[in-house]
Amino acid sequence: MEMVTLTIDGRRVTAPAGTTIVEAAREAGIPIPTLCYMKELNEIGACRVCVVEIEGVDRLAAACNTVAEEGMVIYTNSPKVRKARKINVELLLSAHDARCPTCVRSGNCSLQTLANDLNIIGDTYEPTPEKAAPSGGFPLIRDASKCIKCMRCVQVCDKVQSLSVWEVKNTGGRTTVGVKNGKKLWETDCSLCGQCITHCPVGALRVRDDTDKIYEKLADPDVITVLQIAPAVRAAWAESLGLTKEEATEKRMVAAAKALGFNYVFDTDFAADLTIMEEGSEFLHRLQTGGTLPLMTSCCPGWVRFLKSQYPALTPHLSTAKSPQQMFGAVTKSWFAEKIGADPHKIFCVSVMPCTAKKHEVAIPVMNDACGDPDVDLSITTREFARMLRADHVDVKGLPEAEFDRPLGEATGAGVIFGATGGVMEAALRSAYYLVTGKNPDADAFKDVRGLDGWKEMTYDVAGTPVRVAVASGLGNARKLIEAVLSGEAHYDFIEVMACPGGCAGGGGQPIHDGAECAGERGQTLYELDKNMPLRFSHENPEVLKLYEEYLEKPLSHRAHELLHTDHDAWKMP
Amino acid sequence: MSRFTIPQEAKAQGIIDGLYGDLSRRLQSKPIGICPVDVARSFVEVCHSQSCGKCTPCRIGLGKLSDLLERVLDGDADETTLTLIEQTADVIYLSADCAIGYEAANIVRRALGSFRDEFEAHLRGECLGRFGHPVPCVSLCPANVDIPGYIGLVRDRRYADAIRLIRRDNPFPAVCALICEHPCESHCRRRLIDDAVNIRGLKRMAVDNAGQVPVPARAEATGKKVAVVGGGPAGLTAAYYLALMGHGVTVYEKLDKLGGMLRYGIPSYRLPRETLDEEINTILSAGVEVKTGVAIGKDVTLQELRDTHDAVYIAIGAHTDNKLGIEGENGKGVISAVELLRGIGDGAMPDFTGKNVIIIGGGNVAMDCTRSSMRLGAKTVTCVYRRRKADMTALPEEVEGAIAEGCEIMELAAPHSIELDANGNVTGLIVKEQMISNISRGRPAPVNADAPLKRLKADIIIVAIGQAIESTHFAEYGVETRRDRIVAGADTVVKNQDGLFSGGDCVTGPATAIRAIAAGKAAAASIDTYLGFHHEIGVDVEIPAPPVDPQPPCGRIDLSERPAEERRADFRLMELPMTEQQAAQECARCLRCDFAGYGALKGGRTWKW
Repeated sequence: MEMVTLTIDGRRVTAPAGTTIVEAAREAGIPIPTLCYMKELNEIGACRVCVVEIEGVDRLAAACNTVAEEGMVIYTNSPKVRKARKINVELLLSAHDARCPTCVRSGNCSLQTLANDLNIIGDTYEPTPEKAAPSGGFPLIRDASKCIKCMRCVQVCDKVQSLSVWEVKNTGGRTTVGVKNGKKLWETDCSLCGQCITHCPVGALRVRDDTDKIYEKLADPDVITVLQIAPAVRAAWAESLGLTKEEATEKRMVAAAKALGFNYVFDTDFAADLTIMEEGSEFLHRLQTGGTLPLMTSCCPGWVRFLKSQYPALTPHLSTAKSPQQMFGAVTKSWFAEKIGADPHKIFCVSVMPCTAKKHEVAIPVMNDACGDPDVDLSITTREFARMLRADHVDVKGLPEAEFDRPLGEATGAGVIFGATGGVMEAALRSAYYLVTGKNPDADAFKDVRGLDGWKEMTYDVAGTPVRVAVASGLGNARKLIEAVLSGEAHYDFIEVMACPGGCAGGGGQPIHDGAECAGERGQTLYELDKNMPLRFSHENPEVLKLYEEYLEKPLSHRAHELLHTDHDAWKMP
Repeated sequence: MSRFTIPQEAKAQGIIDGLYGDLSRRLQSKPIGICPVDVARSFVEVCHSQSCGKCTPCRIGLGKLSDLLERVLDGDADETTLTLIEQTADVIYLSADCAIGYEAANIVRRALGSFRDEFEAHLRGECLGRFGHPVPCVSLCPANVDIPGYIGLVRDRRYADAIRLIRRDNPFPAVCALICEHPCESHCRRRLIDDAVNIRGLKRMAVDNAGQVPVPARAEATGKKVAVVGGGPAGLTAAYYLALMGHGVTVYEKLDKLGGMLRYGIPSYRLPRETLDEEINTILSAGVEVKTGVAIGKDVTLQELRDTHDAVYIAIGAHTDNKLGIEGENGKGVISAVELLRGIGDGAMPDFTGKNVIIIGGGNVAMDCTRSSMRLGAKTVTCVYRRRKADMTALPEEVEGAIAEGCEIMELAAPHSIELDANGNVTGLIVKEQMISNISRGRPAPVNADAPLKRLKADIIIVAIGQAIESTHFAEYGVETRRDRIVAGADTVVKNQDGLFSGGDCVTGPATAIRAIAAGKAAAASIDTYLGFHHEIGVDVEIPAPPVDPQPPCGRIDLSERPAEERRADFRLMELPMTEQQAAQECARCLRCDFAGYGALKGGRTWKW
């Protein structure tokens, strides 16, 4: 590889030819501050915070999109650079509603940190932020008064998710980000993946906060509050609470949830196992009866929204099985209500999800199959969950660990890995193998579907039948995969798609770390949990088995269909 | 939808393109005296509207700059505001991604750097901006000729009154009607609508149709004696007004005839000798004595002049030539522009028949030599210039006229050496090809191109690369000079020299006739005051009211020239006058700013000076 040698702040730096200055500097331990920069996705030199001085050049250059050349002598803290960096941040602040205390990103905002690092006190320029428009109650909210026009949301939606909901609007001083074609956000094909939120450096994009509704229910003695926690949440819930990975155990998460006052704290993993029973059976049924294939997973509401808006004709390919969140709600308000002798209408079912689209999913009108009420009443994100813990000043670190409540707290390793890309597929294959052969495979037999590649494909021999599977995460990858299927370039029997890159571990409802993609690490945590679980096959979950025995009879039974399956055509995308 | 379509112009874009054109014409009309801080602010706003909005410095910074400038203009600012403006502009310049941003910031950087006093005035609640003169053409004419006044008179066909009105400020109406560079037209308010009024053309209409117009009566003799050194436009103008004021004036001219560069610099195809002589005779009729063939410093000393006169006005012009400083320059056949044009001025026409003539230079004098050479029978005439044609300082119509007459313009060629034969006769010019390069002090500078030297065949080489001033004698007397130029104030007063005044090319370096005339006018006023008087020069002409409705948007009438084939063969006047029909329309295009806008408030004119 051709290398170039340059000098940055007096240090000799060697980097591969073609490297940008910001990356060359970062490698050499000189972190040049940036705001708009996202490696490979947004190297547009918009914020002008990363400007550096190149010896012999009068004007400054943006380090994020200037290539490091042989012999360059670069200063990242020259008088010119210091002045430009500070004034550019001051200019951004003047166009930003800097009422930080009431901002959801306070304490986790790149602009706030940078302004503070640069010792900016007070307003250098008169603040004239853009006016914010009403959110319309949509789960994804854009606050224009906070937008710093870094264009990351535009790039993520374009390049990663291929939906291009956002676009650059207007010109001159009124340049901003808006919804494409002049629509309201809720009139678009937005999948609600939330990737724009997690890539926003400030609080301009956020998820609707629903926590107040929970407090209302917690305060009502007549209401039975039930909390379910999604698989991927346990890998990220304490990231913003200052706990080490060792301290942030699943059981401590359960203890923390209980400290909030819910009557029952359950595990969505239970419903994930249940999903495998239903979806795995559905797959085998379709395979054996010549049903519509490839079967496509339906756990991810972002993906379901995407498919329905982009490829509506493919909707019959979606598994009719509800997502684990919704199955959980349906079971809670039927079997569980019966078990505890409670009126299901008095149950308030809340989910903690790594997801923003789940807020849409709970509100789908036909997801009300247990007692006529919504299966799940409210979905909050991992971030909202952490904020509730902070609001209740829960000393999470000092809490003794606790167990999920039973029966809906019982889970297997197969349910846990739902939170990582490939996890649903792997869990389904583990059980499908069993359902066909009557024998368990090695639990790690299908681990090749793991990993962060956007589009993975394998063929497995299941009792003599070759099963061609594909796994995609990120909607841009999903689009490529679908196009390949439609054009006949690719042939699959079973496809798992997660809207967010890396799956739910990298979900739009997860804690935000500007500049870091955490899906891989969080996914790893889930695989470790799986490895250490006594049970690793969904069909071995004793409570799931009991549920069939006592209530549902068997997978795909009439009752199972009523409660656990849904008609994806019963609602429309805008 | 096809993946590529033919670009279609959006409706708004078409309209906006037109408005950009309108606005650039408006900007070119640049009213004199407008508050420069406000102008800079409005420019920043225009620039801000052109921002794509991607980058912080341009998207937000330009808006903040314009807000801060607004605060300065509102008197709601202090020194710290100026510092913040400076820092903001610096940072936009340093860190904007593209020229939309950094060049916008440069507007403010240059403004603050060059007229900070205007900003500071606003901090005190004052504005230094004010229309210097209510009428743009008048304010741009160095001699402040009452242009709307005489256009009104021409419209009424009161041509003699027009001449009288012009002569109040400029005793050379006939000369200026033919050769003035008409700075008055550059800021003409008619440009807001279509194009500047052809002012010079209308002046010629007056001159051609006025007949003999006698000069006004002299004031009572004062008994004071004034010596004017130099019989060019600067000297004769001063002499004319001083004579009208009643002073005894004697013009000392080194050459045989009066007129200076009007005679010895401008060929007769642009300014016929008869017209010049007639105008000079009219000026002299005001009562001016003339001594030609008298060189100050040789025949008479400045000291002697000063001793025998109450005041001395030095207006010697710029009559010596600049040298190329290249090998072969002293060869036979190398002549200076001054030498050529002086000969022509005295009627001594060299014969260039069958000769290959090369002119070196890019100014109006170079064009005069080029076009004269063609008229002197040259076989080929080539003007060699080291920059591009577009960079020539000659008027574009002069360059185009020369080309039409068959002259060649060789651009981007710098003289390297002159080739001589064994007898010292010119045989060719060796040139070094140039490449236009960086802009320095507002002009793109040429650099040597990587190309071999080129030889151009030549029998005659005329060097027209500017003139110098023979000021040694005056410097020895004690007059301050700077790079040969005499140092004098805008009032023509020579510092520390009692009774000495100076103006025209010898002070400014080679410039225009109208600037020399203005200097003469200023000298007359200063000398009159110095001598203890306050004679006022006025004219009793009633100015017609303007038409209620000026001409709707309308093209400008340009003066045409005799056909190139015909005019290139003689030295007779080449430019044709307007017809009455054309003049009537052109007059109606004048917006009569003396009666409109600020002119209505301030009366539109100065009746006397």
